[in-house]
Amino acid sequence: MKRFRRHGQESQRDRLKQELYQFNKTVEHGFPHQPSALGYSPTLQLLAIGTCSGAIKLYGAPGVEFMGLHDENAAVSQIHFLPHQVELVTLLDDNSLHMWTLRAHTGLSELLEIGRFTLTGPPGAPPSVTRVTAVLAHSSGELLLLGTEGGHVFIVQVPGFRELEERNISLAEVANSVPDDNLGHRNLEHVEALQENPANPNHVAIGYGRGLIIIWDLEKRCAIQHFLATQQLESVWWTEDRGYILSSHSDGSYCRWTFGEENGNDVEKSDIPYGHFPCKAISKIIQLHTKEGTPFLLFSGGMPRASFGDRHCITVIHNKTHVALDFTSRIIDFFVIKDGQLNSGGPSALVVLVEEELVVIDLRAEGWPVIQTPYLVPLHSSAITCSHHVSAIPLKLWERILAAGEQQKTNYSKKPWPITGGQNLAPHPPQRDLLLTGHEDGTVRFWDASGVCLYPMYKLSTAGVFHTDTETNDNHQGAEGEWPPFRKVGSFDPYSDDPRLGIQKIHLCKYSGYLALAGTAGQVLMLEVNDEAAEQTVETKVVDLLLGQEGFRWKGHTRLDVQEEPVLYEPGFQPFSLVQCQPPAVVTALSLHSEWKLVAYGTSHGFGLFDYQQKMNVFIKCTLNPSDHLAMEGPLSRVKSIKKSLRHSFRRIRHSRVSLRKQHVNNTAKLQEANAHLEAELSKTELAPIQRKVEARSSDDSFTGLVRILYFADTFLSDSSHNTPSLWAGTNGGCVYAIILRLPSVEHRTDEPITAHPEKEIQLMHRAPVVGLIVLDGHGSPLPEPLEVAHDLACSPDTQGAHHLVVVSEEQFKVFTLPKVSAKMKLKLTAIDGSRIRRVGVAWFGSSQSEHYGESGLVVLTNQGDLHVVSLPGVKLQVRFPCIRKEDVSGIASCVFTKHGQGFYLISPSEFERFSLSTRCLVEPRCLVEVPLDLGASIQGVKKLDGYLSALSETSQEFQNSDSSARCVMEHALLNDEEVLQEIQKSLEGDHV
Amino acid sequence: MNKNHRVPSSRSLSAVEVKSKFGAEFRRFSLDRSKPGRFDEFYGLLQHVHRIPNVDLLVGYADVHGDLLPINNDDNYHKAISTASPLLRLFLQRKEEADYTTFGTDSLTRKKNTVLSAVLLRPDPNRKKPPVIISLPRDFRPVSSIIDVDILPETHRRVRLYKHGQEKPLGFYIRDGSSVRVTPQGLEKVPAIFISRMVPGGLAESTGLLAVNDEVLEVNGIEVAGKSLDQVTDMMIANSHNLIITVKPANQRNNVVRGGGTASGSSGRSSDSGASYYGYSSSAGLSASTSMPSHIIQNFPVGELESDEDDEDLVIEAGGDIEPISRTPSNYSMPPLPRYEPHLNLRASASPSPLPVNGTVLGCGSSGSLNKPGSSTPSPDRAARRRSLEEDGTVVAVIFDHQRALKSKNCESVPAQIQENILLQPQLRGT
Repeated sequence: MKRFRRHGQESQRDRLKQELYQFNKTVEHGFPHQPSALGYSPTLQLLAIGTCSGAIKLYGAPGVEFMGLHDENAAVSQIHFLPHQVELVTLLDDNSLHMWTLRAHTGLSELLEIGRFTLTGPPGAPPSVTRVTAVLAHSSGELLLLGTEGGHVFIVQVPGFRELEERNISLAEVANSVPDDNLGHRNLEHVEALQENPANPNHVAIGYGRGLIIIWDLEKRCAIQHFLATQQLESVWWTEDRGYILSSHSDGSYCRWTFGEENGNDVEKSDIPYGHFPCKAISKIIQLHTKEGTPFLLFSGGMPRASFGDRHCITVIHNKTHVALDFTSRIIDFFVIKDGQLNSGGPSALVVLVEEELVVIDLRAEGWPVIQTPYLVPLHSSAITCSHHVSAIPLKLWERILAAGEQQKTNYSKKPWPITGGQNLAPHPPQRDLLLTGHEDGTVRFWDASGVCLYPMYKLSTAGVFHTDTETNDNHQGAEGEWPPFRKVGSFDPYSDDPRLGIQKIHLCKYSGYLALAGTAGQVLMLEVNDEAAEQTVETKVVDLLLGQEGFRWKGHTRLDVQEEPVLYEPGFQPFSLVQCQPPAVVTALSLHSEWKLVAYGTSHGFGLFDYQQKMNVFIKCTLNPSDHLAMEGPLSRVKSIKKSLRHSFRRIRHSRVSLRKQHVNNTAKLQEANAHLEAELSKTELAPIQRKVEARSSDDSFTGLVRILYFADTFLSDSSHNTPSLWAGTNGGCVYAIILRLPSVEHRTDEPITAHPEKEIQLMHRAPVVGLIVLDGHGSPLPEPLEVAHDLACSPDTQGAHHLVVVSEEQFKVFTLPKVSAKMKLKLTAIDGSRIRRVGVAWFGSSQSEHYGESGLVVLTNQGDLHVVSLPGVKLQVRFPCIRKEDVSGIASCVFTKHGQGFYLISPSEFERFSLSTRCLVEPRCLVEVPLDLGASIQGVKKLDGYLSALSETSQEFQNSDSSARCVMEHALLNDEEVLQEIQKSLEGDHV
Repeated sequence: MNKNHRVPSSRSLSAVEVKSKFGAEFRRFSLDRSKPGRFDEFYGLLQHVHRIPNVDLLVGYADVHGDLLPINNDDNYHKAISTASPLLRLFLQRKEEADYTTFGTDSLTRKKNTVLSAVLLRPDPNRKKPPVIISLPRDFRPVSSIIDVDILPETHRRVRLYKHGQEKPLGFYIRDGSSVRVTPQGLEKVPAIFISRMVPGGLAESTGLLAVNDEVLEVNGIEVAGKSLDQVTDMMIANSHNLIITVKPANQRNNVVRGGGTASGSSGRSSDSGASYYGYSSSAGLSASTSMPSHIIQNFPVGELESDEDDEDLVIEAGGDIEPISRTPSNYSMPPLPRYEPHLNLRASASPSPLPVNGTVLGCGSSGSLNKPGSSTPSPDRAARRRSLEEDGTVVAVIFDHQRALKSKNCESVPAQIQENILLQPQLRGT
């Protein structure tokens, strides 16, 4: 009986777990890593980006995002939307073509792969015959022209990839229809470019690599004109109006040819824009017309090889204006968005995809300013060193941060975001969430993380507080008469002036607007939000964490020099107090208590407590083991081991490359393969077997004194009748220190000193690093954040029942009673499954079934990349989800949890993956892309009639060209159409019979 | 016990300073390191300098690790002299008052445990009898044990390493490798973990039960198959205070063989002088499970065998006094008591029958399975078994490191520990 009941409880708990926890990876924020292709559909107004890892991402209006991943692990080399349709074709590095579509399903669109295709040549032909080098999605929306390395153009019907062999344009045909006086076979190498005549879809320009351009008539199946350039061809562009063809070449020149004239086979105009000296190739050229008449000419590359060959530039020429937009990373591709419904107007915005960001330039406004992108923002404009998430920001602080951010964005265009495809159907986010990222260059970026778009709100720089070597050296763009006329654009700037500025820990109090930042050189900076610009000097305190112990020599970096004169800080967060740890080791733990106006910080040497109201040191504790030289001497002494491990990993990379290479076997490479195999075998034998030492931890291990976690709690530390403020610290060596704080009464807070004295010290026997400390109140729920109760946002903690301390080490969870510390419960993790806890957070999970039910739990990420939820106060494992690959060490290290069961981790230096463990809190894109109206109207109409569509599709063809805006009229028409009605009638009867 | 008077020869020229304590009195004298003489001479000397000629003494000394170790024969006396640097500190106790529990490691901190469990754990009326003293049990420090011999395949060995608080490192390395498994589809090569290196002087090496290239199958009852090298390393470290490793020894010749006929020593072992002893040692698992356990229990109170180490976090209060954290009684529901019942039961059931001669025993010899239902694994539930494994195993043979003295003089082919184990047995069997 008892057993039966217990079983009932178990299943009840299981049901509850299902109501509470659910794992989803929801959105990828930031900029895709290693983009390799760009596509744009003017009709859908969607942008597509393909990456080296085979992902494609579609973006429209903010919040409209789709993502797809090719099964093949090959780079996406080209993306083409089928004109006027919701399909797109991708070409991968492995020569496969893939058809994707946006299919609406229960009111939401999703990106699906619907077909794949690889060109097959005649048997025995070399693979180069079918190796696709150029793709043209024909404006009919039904044909795909594929130019290959062998010089053939294959024609394929889409969707469905049916080869139309009889229409293929073979080399022989081309050779036949062109007088062969100036045409050796050498001119007919690979197809470099395919362009359709915008005025006549039957005419296609085929550009061959050696410089020959053929105009081919698809109907008549013959060449109607040809041009022969002397230089290697890079791209071809067919102007929309007067029938010019532009070609760009590898020597940095471009040519203009006239189409349509009899025998007009000679170049009309040829120019090397940055000429005289040898130039690099112009890889793509575009000319666009404006209503005013003077065209826009845009091209990428073409820089003088010797002096500016390393620049990544796009040149824009319009009227007298000539600007070479200078990007900080390699240009992948670019396109221009045109005005007007049918994209018939003049160019309005230039969209450039470079390797590390997406830059959009307003071509309408004076000076061509940059438009702030609402998504795809490079998170890594300086490398991310840490992140911090704050949920449910009060509106007041939110607005102040927004206002501060607005004032920083003066250089941006006022134009609204020009890519507006799709509808964002996601509900309005229930709360305002901030994600703060700390960067290597000493900046902190504030991101609006409430919704699908991670939108940059405000950027804070701490570099101004310190003297750094680099002074303002940029903005040389104004130099008159400089040629080429460079203009720096883009925000990606990975070069840090001084690595010591790097931000390592962030703590923001959302109620008071205090912000604590800690950095690489032991600096702890206190900032406060201020709506006005202000000139301030930062009060500095140097703290000796070794407490004057002798015999140590710090070999790491020095402290940062502080600016002594007042500095003008812009509105936003302004620094007012600075603590510099000595030795200036990286700050490894930080905690802010805004109610008590205290900040605690820790390094590998010890920890300190600072009163930022009185600007006084309250307490310092040295945790360093005197024999721990590694920790003492600082990062320099570790170089050797890093070198060693680098060498090791390089070896292994080489090893894995060799095995990777094996996958790309082609006929000619048999010998290579054999060699590779041999090499792999060799490297296997060379490589000393990886072995691991099995040894219990001891107090003599290195970095045992490193402070991992600091935690403020108002709890029962010395006796069970009075709760007192306390500070808790956990170290790498499994030691927990508890310090009692005596705060003066509120009215004497500014003049009476705060005292602190150590009360307890717990040495965990297993000595694993302490990564989390949480005090639970009498109800077993975690203590609220400072000021949360004061702002009526949490009920005050229960001080009647006994408090408990939860110590989370890398190996286990342990619950201790308070004030007398004795072990009550524990949960071992490492001893059972060999995984170790890397990240821990407290989160609240609401039930999906009942509005009022919810539980607090610990969210844990292990070194195996698994997420666990552990219940409180019972410390029982609830659920486990594999989340990150265990090899992705930086991803695991970057993980940050929210208070409501979501989290973020870096999947690349530039992208956050957002995940959710909660059934209730889920931020994911929900969006709909409708079939373009001019074509799809009929289909839409049919949809309304639900089941009868197949019969109707033919009948409704006649409506194809009807004005789409009058959809309801059309529906009406459909229903009034006698034929249709009859058919409906018929099918209805058919049902009945 | 063949005495091997190998005189420590290195650094033998100086004299050894001796400081001897008896009660509250100290005596200082010196000995010639090169000619320490015999133990009984030394014993006489001690009685003489303390002027207690007719008092039976228990002689102990503090070794280099700070452990209190006894001196009661020539070997450990020589060991004490040779390791004394520069001072040999002796502690004399009257034999009748002697507190054996002070010997061993961490004697002070562990005391409460031993006393408590010693009382708790013996409902058996037999315990009233004065313990049979097999040379002093406290002369030995448990280093490792082979456990669960009755439930494991013969090719496997489950070894428990007693780390305690001692300074000696576990001292081994593990590596990746591949192993061949028999599957329904035939032989299959699977990734596996192996012991790759032994640190000289480490705990693992000193047991003689683990060797390079032994395949690691389980760590504290949890299979390592499918786990990465790092995971297994972390598991071992997390369990380092009470590490139980199940290995498939690379050398399958020294396996514990169950069942009759083993005493003949014909199971393919080396035929050196130790061979006859092997007979005993091989049946150790068996005879242990029948007659020996009670002694082991008496010798080693359960508290010491348990894996409580990681519960003994230290708390330092503001006053500065250190206390190990005690468990709150409320939440722990695993009293160690039932764990040893299996042996007691077994013993009880086995005692009426005559003791096995030469290892050929009543039916249970044929296979380990007979021992099993005897409740050494009380629950067929695998999970439960695992748990009990984690916490503790069925002790079958405990192996002692005779205060390092004997270790130095083990013969080449036979692990000294096994020999020591054998040292115990003849006396046991005599009871």
